[in-house]
Amino acid sequence: MSVNDFHRIGRVQADYSRCIDEGPLEQWPDFFVENCMYRITTAQNYSEGLPAGLVWANTRRMLVDRVSALREANIYEQHTYRHILGQPSVLEENGDGIHAETSFLVVRVMRDGQSDIFASGRYVDRYVDVDDQLKIAERVVVCDSTNIDTLLALPL
Amino acid sequence: MESSVVDTVRETPVDWTDDLTRVPYRVFQGEDVYAAEQTKLFHGPYWSYLCLEAEVAGPGDYCSTFVGETPVIVARDRDGELYGFENRCAHRGALLALDDRGNTKDFTCVYHAWSYNLQGDLTGVAFQDGVKGKGGMPDSFCMEDHGPRKMRIAVLHGLVFGSFSDDVPDIEDYLGEEITSRIARVLAGRTPEIIGRFTQILPNNWKLYVENVKDSYHASILHLFFTTFELNRLSQRGGIIVDESGGHHVSYSAIDRDAEKDVAYSDQNIRSESAYKLADPTLLEGFSEVGDDTTLQILSVFPGFVLQQIQNSVAVRQILPTGVERTRLNWTYLGFEEDTPEQREVRLKQANLVGPAGYISMEDGCVGGFVQRGIAGAASQSAVLEMGGSLAESSESRVTEASVRGFWKAYRAAMNRQEEA
Repeated sequence: MSVNDFHRIGRVQADYSRCIDEGPLEQWPDFFVENCMYRITTAQNYSEGLPAGLVWANTRRMLVDRVSALREANIYEQHTYRHILGQPSVLEENGDGIHAETSFLVVRVMRDGQSDIFASGRYVDRYVDVDDQLKIAERVVVCDSTNIDTLLALPL
Repeated sequence: MESSVVDTVRETPVDWTDDLTRVPYRVFQGEDVYAAEQTKLFHGPYWSYLCLEAEVAGPGDYCSTFVGETPVIVARDRDGELYGFENRCAHRGALLALDDRGNTKDFTCVYHAWSYNLQGDLTGVAFQDGVKGKGGMPDSFCMEDHGPRKMRIAVLHGLVFGSFSDDVPDIEDYLGEEITSRIARVLAGRTPEIIGRFTQILPNNWKLYVENVKDSYHASILHLFFTTFELNRLSQRGGIIVDESGGHHVSYSAIDRDAEKDVAYSDQNIRSESAYKLADPTLLEGFSEVGDDTTLQILSVFPGFVLQQIQNSVAVRQILPTGVERTRLNWTYLGFEEDTPEQREVRLKQANLVGPAGYISMEDGCVGGFVQRGIAGAASQSAVLEMGGSLAESSESRVTEASVRGFWKAYRAAMNRQEEA
């Protein structure tokens, strides 16, 4: 694995989490290729090979819809996230792209000022090069806990 | 023995009105009410959903789950039958099964290695005869007299229910013909496969979620996603079924092929004609679930079970109280062995509609909390349930709180029952 890959992935991760935490969320789908896979699941489902997700998208346009639904249709109390990411482990580079895993911790700050650890887990990722830019072809967000508190509106 | 929990928290009578249109907020707040529910309701003559038969398909398979807040085990013995009993060692009360699911020959308590067979009978006591003639249990100790409390088990179209009561009627009689046939509509003749399990922790009393499930009035008002994409409108062809006890219900709607575009929503100023369009509309492209036009069927079984068919998203929900203001909602998403790969993909896509992140259900996770917080300091006041009248009966209109009133009818009967006995 090249040091270059490590740095490039780290940069994508930093920009990705900043996009969710600081916005604009509308740019979040741009981190993905058009025919991406994005899924939020739990470690238990992941290890049992259960395919469903809390969020399950197999096109970038479905991620666009996630954002517009949050803006236009869904009702929830204002809250923000703070993503704390670990260093990416670059696992393998093959014809498919670069496979990597990154730990995350997400603190959710509610309207009343309360900060809580909302989720911990790992991103199981595959990156591909698109016009010299690293894009996410596949991201499985594997949450450690089986429990989701109240709701999951903003993406992880 | 049954009254011991109630004794620890003295129960103050709830001030119910004569009809079903008022619900004292105190029922969502009182520790005494919560404690009484555990005995009268969850240990009373009612069936609680435990698991899917598919989860305990083979000999030795078991699930550990809950009836109310009581931990229980469902296990399949080598005789092919399902058995249910408390997940509790008869010795000192420790849990017998520590995993959610598994396969085992028997259950052995980790504390002192007392062991139980798959039917929940105590079969072994470690060092029962002592060591070198010293210690051990007295001769009078009889293993048959000790064991976790056993449940009655009922299986209906792959759903496993349990009850601690000998007085509970058979499951078909408990549900009645209409509810039974609506369960059959979704599950009969097919082999369910679990495609995902998720747990949502709700910041509210369990009954607020039950009410929400039964509240067809809110469905296309709170959930704008529903309305915007015309998945479910109160003006669509459909209806509410409330069983005689009031406790079970079905809300359904079907494609109305002849219906003209209605004006009911624009008249009410409820946003239903926004410019919002899906960038990937394949989310909503489904197939006829069981060969009919019904695209939505929400079914509940008293006290805390939900079977859902929303388009092609089929799931069961188990509502478990874990405190006065805290509820555990277990979602199990289903596919069927008979699915084509294309149909399975539709189910995975449409699972986006439900669950803690669901386009049409994420609101349900927080709205109960809004009520719980809103009623703080209002224990002497009541909710108003007058939409659609004051009765708890079936209707073609879904602009009604009939099935919510039905829940309270069944709930009040349950909570008053043992006081009279």
